[in-house]
Amino acid sequence: MDRDVAGKITTAVKKASHTSELLPWALVTPALMWTLLFFVLPFLGMGLMSLTQQSGGGLTLSNYTQFFTNPSYFQAMVNSLEVTGIVTVISVLLAYPFAWILAERVPEKWQRLALLLAVLPFWTSYVVRSYSWLLVLAQKGVINSILTGTGLINEPLQLANTRTATVIGFVHFFVMLLTLTIFANLKQLSPSYRKAAADLGANPFQVFLHVVLPLTIPGVMVGAFLTFVLAIGDYITPQILGGNNEVLMPQLIMMQIGRRGDFPLASALALILMAVVTVAYIACARWLKIERT
Amino acid sequence: MRNAVKYFATGYAAAIYLFIFLPVIVLIIFSLQSTNFPIPPFTGPSLRWYGAVLGDARLTSAFANSLLVAGISSLVSVALGFLSAWGFARFALPGSALMRGLITLPLTVSYLIIGMGLLVVFNTAGIPKSLVSAGIGHVVINLPLCFAIIYSQMGDHQINIERAARDLGAREWQVLFMVSVPVMWPAIFASLFLSMTFSWDEFVISFLLTRFDTTMPVEIWNLLRSGLNPKTNAVGSLVFGISVFLAIIFEIILLRRRPT
Repeated sequence: MDRDVAGKITTAVKKASHTSELLPWALVTPALMWTLLFFVLPFLGMGLMSLTQQSGGGLTLSNYTQFFTNPSYFQAMVNSLEVTGIVTVISVLLAYPFAWILAERVPEKWQRLALLLAVLPFWTSYVVRSYSWLLVLAQKGVINSILTGTGLINEPLQLANTRTATVIGFVHFFVMLLTLTIFANLKQLSPSYRKAAADLGANPFQVFLHVVLPLTIPGVMVGAFLTFVLAIGDYITPQILGGNNEVLMPQLIMMQIGRRGDFPLASALALILMAVVTVAYIACARWLKIERT
Repeated sequence: MRNAVKYFATGYAAAIYLFIFLPVIVLIIFSLQSTNFPIPPFTGPSLRWYGAVLGDARLTSAFANSLLVAGISSLVSVALGFLSAWGFARFALPGSALMRGLITLPLTVSYLIIGMGLLVVFNTAGIPKSLVSAGIGHVVINLPLCFAIIYSQMGDHQINIERAARDLGAREWQVLFMVSVPVMWPAIFASLFLSMTFSWDEFVISFLLTRFDTTMPVEIWNLLRSGLNPKTNAVGSLVFGISVFLAIIFEIILLRRRPT
């Protein structure tokens, strides 16, 4: 009888441990398979594709050498880096004071509403947002109408289809994003730091410069990195606002697919772009690590 | 001095708000234009272009397609994300960190590259462009997000509640659906909502992977080829209105949950 019960318990325990061995794998396998099948495999496929040529033939590095030898391809990367760099710097400079005002100057009970309003246009569709700027910047658009209407200028300014338009469109989006991240950063800061600095005789300006600013820099860097990554991979904003006068990397890649159907070259260019982003990521991660220690 | 700072702060904030709202205001005002061009002078208000949008079968079907793709792909993302997060948080698996890294990896890659990779593979495998292909792409971008959000919210107190349920005789699937899912509801809801907005707004993957039946952002893109057009303003304003409506509902639901 005793032995019977003991036996039953052992089989029950075995069964339980058996299911708990299989169960976790059953839980995680679908997500893993999805990632392998629809992310890793396509990525490898693209890598392989980048080593072939549209005209056929064996494996070759010619798509990559083409990037470095064809000046117009290389120029697209230079343009991309320049535009993204300018956008990141302007967005941070505009967003920081704004986030600071929202966090420090707006009364506590209105802060949530003020922040919600500041990111409301986030909810416009991303294609529509760029189009809206086109309405503002077009030759007969709102800005030119106001300027010529008030007699400030005689000839309308060429704003649409320029680098300036691309930068404005990007900055608009990233000011909202950075305001959100910097605001969160400022709010996380414990007030005791500020109090301690003030007690030690610092004036408000010194408190900001020597306490608040250094403590929020890592958060700002993360936001700036996010801006860089999202902006450099974006096709819509430069295509709608910048036009084809100046081509950025994503536009160059899409041109290979659309106009010429040259998948191998497009794959190579996409991987080069990704490599640049990865380098930026490593630099940013390193910098943050140094900061923290 | 104090006053100067105050005035400067107010002026600066007002200027940024103006910059942020300028394009949206212009978009909405000129969607009410009665003539053919959405440029000054304003000739409305008229609902003519809203009528044109609602009468455009391509736009209304793109709207339905977008809802369908966003709904199904987000449900799949949340389901896969939740199950895997639960698996990793509750059981010690060999190579767990590596596998978690793999699942979150797509977050670091731009949509353009994800879309291109899928296009290359689908092309080679002879899979035609369709809404299903685009939906698969949307799960690729949203699954890591859902996983990261839900995994980060699985704390110790939830483990204790689950243990209590097991001690009281609940089976594993009962623990999952009657304890873990309800306890994790805020994180599940947040990731579902985020996935839906990202899928709803996603352009480049849908652009590369669909052909005739397509989603709203791609159809709006097609409209842009005809230049500035009040119809595009009307579509844009409608999409904006719907998104803001959803965002407000999201805020209300989350705010209501917070104090309890």
